[in-house]
Amino acid sequence: MKSAVVLLPGLNRDRDMIAALTKISGQAPATVWQTDTEIPDVDLIAIPGGFSFGDYLRCGAIAARMPVMRAVAEKAAKGVTVIGVCNGFQILVEAGLLPGALMRNSSLKFVCRQVKLEIANANTMFTRRYQPGQIIRSPVAHHDGNYFADAETLARLEGEGQVVFRYAEGTNPNGSINDIAGIVNDKGNVLGLMPHPENLIEAAHGGNDGRALFESALGVAA
Amino acid sequence: MKARITVTLKNGVLDPQGKAIEHALSGLGFDGVGQVRQGKVFDIELTATDKAKAEAELTAMCDKLLANTVIENYAVEIA
Repeated sequence: MKSAVVLLPGLNRDRDMIAALTKISGQAPATVWQTDTEIPDVDLIAIPGGFSFGDYLRCGAIAARMPVMRAVAEKAAKGVTVIGVCNGFQILVEAGLLPGALMRNSSLKFVCRQVKLEIANANTMFTRRYQPGQIIRSPVAHHDGNYFADAETLARLEGEGQVVFRYAEGTNPNGSINDIAGIVNDKGNVLGLMPHPENLIEAAHGGNDGRALFESALGVAA
Repeated sequence: MKARITVTLKNGVLDPQGKAIEHALSGLGFDGVGQVRQGKVFDIELTATDKAKAEAELTAMCDKLLANTVIENYAVEIA
């Protein structure tokens, strides 16, 4: 399975994402730069975490308007799988590829800790290797992960099973509405989540709770 | 031509930064401070001379970049 990782100035989790994809898919992902207008033929495009463009204006706002994101939108429209983690999630909502917005954490503090996530929908291409309702662990590290959507959008997300990951057991680190940690678009091929599953894929990380997400999305054997 | 764009949070959107400022103001002894909502101001210089055209352009700038209309409102003012 071929993958590509989007690179933008200010991202800092790109090497973690490249390492995870290399280990799980068995081959190194292609990398595409912010000014690239074409993305090679791949099965999965990942937008890593970090602080693209210094979080200026709003997190992900400038990155979302870079040429490479038009190419990502074209691929997403053709059904290519897209994952945005942390800043990548913020970029996807700013680009309009996912609904809602990510606001400053309600505590106003940067949170860097481990949380628990409930698999709110195990019937997606990103979660099919998990059990419905399963609780997994995942690291988070962000200042703006407070997911918000208006009532109508929220009702649609909940009704259509587009809420995929939810903070569980009182571990919501940012005040996000309905404890939302990750959502998919209406077609189900674009996922955005604040937690970092790429940082929990092998024993050296202290666990592999995040590995099944990539195995699901890449369609590779566990 | 100079323009000022003010971006504010929509009603109903929680504003933890505004809340923190509100608490800090009461901590400084400013009694009688009600709700505080924070926002952003952009001062933009334009070479355009046609006011209507400038206004249309500034509105487009807000929709495309300066405001996130999911959570924010904006107001355009031309000096």
